[in-house]
Formats: sequence, C-alpha cells, structure tokens
Amino acid sequence: MQPPAEHVHWLFGTGFVILSLCLLAEAIVGVDVWRKRAWRAYLWPGTLFFMGVMLWPVMTFFTNSTIHMLAHGAWADVLMFAGATELALVRGKLVSPWWRLATVLAFVVSGSAFLVHEQNTWFFQRSSFLHHLMGWTLLGVAIVPFARCLRPRSVLFGSAYALTFVAIAVILFCDRDLASVFGHLSPLAGSPHR
Amino acid sequence: MSAELVSELKLPRHRIWRARAVATLGPATALCGAVWALVQPYRITLLHPHGQSFWWLAVEPPLLVILVGLLFQLVVVPGLLEDLEEAGDAASR
Repeated sequence: MQPPAEHVHWLFGTGFVILSLCLLAEAIVGVDVWRKRAWRAYLWPGTLFFMGVMLWPVMTFFTNSTIHMLAHGAWADVLMFAGATELALVRGKLVSPWWRLATVLAFVVSGSAFLVHEQNTWFFQRSSFLHHLMGWTLLGVAIVPFARCLRPRSVLFGSAYALTFVAIAVILFCDRDLASVFGHLSPLAGSPHR
Repeated sequence: MSAELVSELKLPRHRIWRARAVATLGPATALCGAVWALVQPYRITLLHPHGQSFWWLAVEPPLLVILVGLLFQLVVVPGLLEDLEEAGDAASR
C-alpha cells in the first residue's frame, strides 16, 4: 500500500496549494479579519505543522539512500518548527515577530537539503532537474519570508509569500519517478515508467 | 461635498475590491485544475481506470487542485466575506 514517490510529491504539492490559498486570502483581507475566527487563524500554521509531521513517514518508508533519509528528516524538522512557531504566534505564546525567522530557516535548510541530496546533474532526468530547481528556488525566495518578518502586514510581501508556495506546488506537481526533462534523459537513469 | 462623504464613498470601494479578490480565489484555483485536466488528460487516471492501483486512482493532481479550490470556496470564503463586511461596517461607523 506504499504510494509511489511521485504521488507523495503530488500530495505535498496539494498541501502547498492549500497553504498558498490561505496565505493569499490572509494577505488580501488583512491579518485582523483573517484571525476573527479561531479555526481560520490556526488553519495555515496547522497545515504547515501537519505537513512537517507527515514528512516523518516519508523519511521512514522512502529509504533508497541515507542522504534521502537525512534530507526528509531535515524537512520534517524545519517544517514542524516553522509550523509550531506560527501556531505559537497566533496563540500569543510567542510575541516577537522575529520568531517568523523560523520560516526563513525552513526555506534555507530545505533548499540546501534539496541541493545536497541530489547527486545527479540538472538534465540527468526530470526529478534531478526539479530537485536543483526547487533547491535554488527555495534559497532565492528565502528573502520573501524575511521581508514578511520585517513587515508582517504588507499586502505585497504577504502575496509574494503565498505565490512562493504556488511555485513550490507547481514544481512538486511536475515530478515523476522517471521521466525526461526537455527531451533529456540519461541512459543511466533507466527507462520511463509511463 | 464634505470630507466625511468622500471617505464614506471610498471605504466600500476598497471593501468591494477585497471581497471580490477573495471570492475569486477558489473558482480561479478550480479553473486552473480544470484547464490542467484538459491540457494533460492522461493525468486523470479515472478516464482509464482499468488495471490501475489505489494510489493512481486516489491521487490525481488536477482533480486535487479542483477539490482544494472548491473546498476553499465552500468552507473558508463565506465566513471570511462575512467578517470582511463586519470589519468594514465597524470602520465606517
């Protein structure tokens, strides 16, 4: 009953679509209106935390290499930390907006883990290309959550933050277990499944 | 025209823009999923379900995107629009 790896990527892509919709709505209506109902205030930090929790089974069951396992473990750690921090900020247990730097840390650690754990070149196969793209995207856009940390009520930064998750979702939805990328597929990668 | 009247005219317009933008998010997401399904119909395994395993039938990205858009529209947006209207009324009082 274990899902193929590509399906796991697609499920996480769906999680990021949920996150981006909530964040975009929050940026449009403003934090005060968004947090008027308690369940809504906890919705996207809770989703972020839940995605971190769900990365643990991914780490446990997808053990094709040690470095994969370590990367998934690192993502689980930083996603749970970022989600828990945002939950605590909503709850009022944490007050300083600088705690939002936890999300910046999540972006930097995740981006680095993507780049470190991908051993092949960009055009080896599609997943290699997407790992490189995701890694550099996450490192590049880490400036967005940092800007949101400085100006948490900015519509511009809030929207940019939400669109960052849209980009992550698109990259995850493009993933296939074994497929070509722009016509390139190394013979060492094997033959495409579908 | 007094300054008070001008501010009264400006506030609802701002509110309307936000309400429209929020109300568009869910349908726009669902539309993206539908367009994606048309562009890449082979990603909809339900169209050729024979011999497919559980995961290929349960996880179909374009359908998931449509589902998320619809759920957001049905679960989150109605309350959000109510609260936005209430906040606008409170500000204009």
